[in-house]
Amino acid sequence: MEPIRAFTSRTVVLPIENVDTDQIIPARFLKVTSKAGLGEKLFADWRYDASGRPKADFVLNRPEAKGAAVLVAGDNFGCGSSREHAPWALQDYGFRAIVSTSVADIFRNNALKNGLLPVVVERTVHEKLLATPGAEVRVDLESETLTLSDGTAARFSIDPFARYCLLNGVDELAFLLSQGEAIAAYEAKAS
Amino acid sequence: MSPRTLFEKVWDAHVVRPATVDTPAVLYVDLHLIHEVTSPQAFTVLRERGLRVRRPARTFATMDHSTPTTPRGADGTIPVTDALAAAQIRSLEESCREFGIRLYPLGSDEQGIVHVIGPERGLTQPGMTIVCGDSHTSTHGAFGALAFGIGTSEVGHVLASQCLLQQKPRTLAIEVDGALRPGVTAKDVILGVIARIGIGGGTGHVMEYRGSAIRALSMEERMTVCNMSIEAGARAGMVAPDDATLAYVAGRPHAPQGAEWDKAVALWKQLPGDEGASFDRLERFDASTLEPMITYGTNPGMGIPITGAVPDPAGNASLEKALRYMGLRPGQRLLGQAVDVVFIGSCTNSRLSDLRQAAGVIRGRKVAPGVRVLVVPGSQPVKKQAEAEGLDRVFKDAGAEWREAGCSMCIAMNGDQLAPGQYAVSTSNRNFEGRQGAGGRTFLASPLTSAAAAVTGRITDARELLS
Repeated sequence: MEPIRAFTSRTVVLPIENVDTDQIIPARFLKVTSKAGLGEKLFADWRYDASGRPKADFVLNRPEAKGAAVLVAGDNFGCGSSREHAPWALQDYGFRAIVSTSVADIFRNNALKNGLLPVVVERTVHEKLLATPGAEVRVDLESETLTLSDGTAARFSIDPFARYCLLNGVDELAFLLSQGEAIAAYEAKAS
Repeated sequence: MSPRTLFEKVWDAHVVRPATVDTPAVLYVDLHLIHEVTSPQAFTVLRERGLRVRRPARTFATMDHSTPTTPRGADGTIPVTDALAAAQIRSLEESCREFGIRLYPLGSDEQGIVHVIGPERGLTQPGMTIVCGDSHTSTHGAFGALAFGIGTSEVGHVLASQCLLQQKPRTLAIEVDGALRPGVTAKDVILGVIARIGIGGGTGHVMEYRGSAIRALSMEERMTVCNMSIEAGARAGMVAPDDATLAYVAGRPHAPQGAEWDKAVALWKQLPGDEGASFDRLERFDASTLEPMITYGTNPGMGIPITGAVPDPAGNASLEKALRYMGLRPGQRLLGQAVDVVFIGSCTNSRLSDLRQAAGVIRGRKVAPGVRVLVVPGSQPVKKQAEAEGLDRVFKDAGAEWREAGCSMCIAMNGDQLAPGQYAVSTSNRNFEGRQGAGGRTFLASPLTSAAAAVTGRITDARELLS
């Protein structure tokens, strides 16, 4: 995985709480054996009408959403199913970070495994972001700082090991496999 | 050593390498369950990196999410007509062959919903760590196991190393004391818990269900409760093992036997939390005040007693959106609401006791005109046992469909689904927008409540029919 340090982007605001992973990527799109093409189906049932045409009033379909890599969403983002297809779809679409006041556990883990940053900020910062869709923000993983266009610097916290892996392009599976001796010792003791 | 909770005992026993300042704990996985939807990309990673499965003997697979439940043909086969689902199923078959993993395939006598067959086969045992690429893995916590859902990347990690990196969660005790009144079931208990603590209430925590009402539940009922722990946002849900647990596990195909059984039981008896062990949080419930529950909205926390009224959003945008989607009005009583479909099934409520409860309401009655009722047993063994008791005839005589085993309309990946706008009462676990079919509208409830809706065609208090 390519190391991640910092990036700047405009935001897209989805002012909805409890966005569950069935909305992010409906189950009928989970029959794939690869990760390809999921971005097309991101938020499919909110994004397209019954005949497959984009709904004009959905945020992702508005012209100003094009090229935005930061999604600002309501509390408890990513709740529900453990489908990793959710962060895959978000990334394939072009998002690099989700900003919210809280992110569901399994989704957060899955997102970090793919380098999609779950940025959890305080309510006051979140409200500023909700009020200024399209504003430019800077996400700095190294300093764990989200800087708003008015200069506000908001701290966010990423699990230290996940952060280390993302900053250095280190693979978590490689780390696990490097623990072979400890694993073998555990297995020998447990049997 | 200071007193430890059930969770802490199971956690401590599985630490391969403790957490350090820089790294999370490495936790060993005793049992890895696999299904066809969340595994293909994990096997691809193994192939790409030239890795083998470390412990095939601890890995078991089945097919459940995208598999059809259409009654099998005269030749005994269940054809998969969806090309993508067929490819996904073939992919799992090939991967299991290549990596030496035991598979219970579609058409076999053991196949079923992964969280039904794990306990049924005796694979699920007290004190284990159990993972699966599915959030309802929390079900297995009913046995005093630490069981949780993981994503496909982590499925790959477990296949390759039999371990996971884990942050240690906090603990939340859910104490339920008192006796459940007639007609109030385990499903109503967990819907009541989530209605109070919310769908984010358990985030970052492992829940332990305690108290006299939990002790009084059968193993199948405990599975229903633990199953929906994830709907409260929890990492996992656990019930300490007791004699009921031992009686359930004893004699099952993968349960220890003879001297091994005695050794295992001695260890399992030490698992319940120590006197004086503390939890990070505690919530108390009085079971005797619980009513049959039903959800009205678009997440499992939006639940009310069956006799209740839809709340007023009072400016809450989430609630307003939910009521708009569901076509309901503030203050509306749900009793009497007409429904189009009733689904009795899912890893929450598709075991023999659930089917018996539903049959008890439906027996001697007919499905209401215009209502489609699907009864989907959780596994082939459940199906056979139900048929041996004549439950299938009860359902079929009433005009309900008796299907093959699988996830079916809970996730609507296999053609069993709602048409846009249809209302369903469902024994499953999620009422998110479109969960049971794009535009479909779900009311979550117990098997009793769902069966009552099947015969009246409206949301009904099953207690009226049970007297």
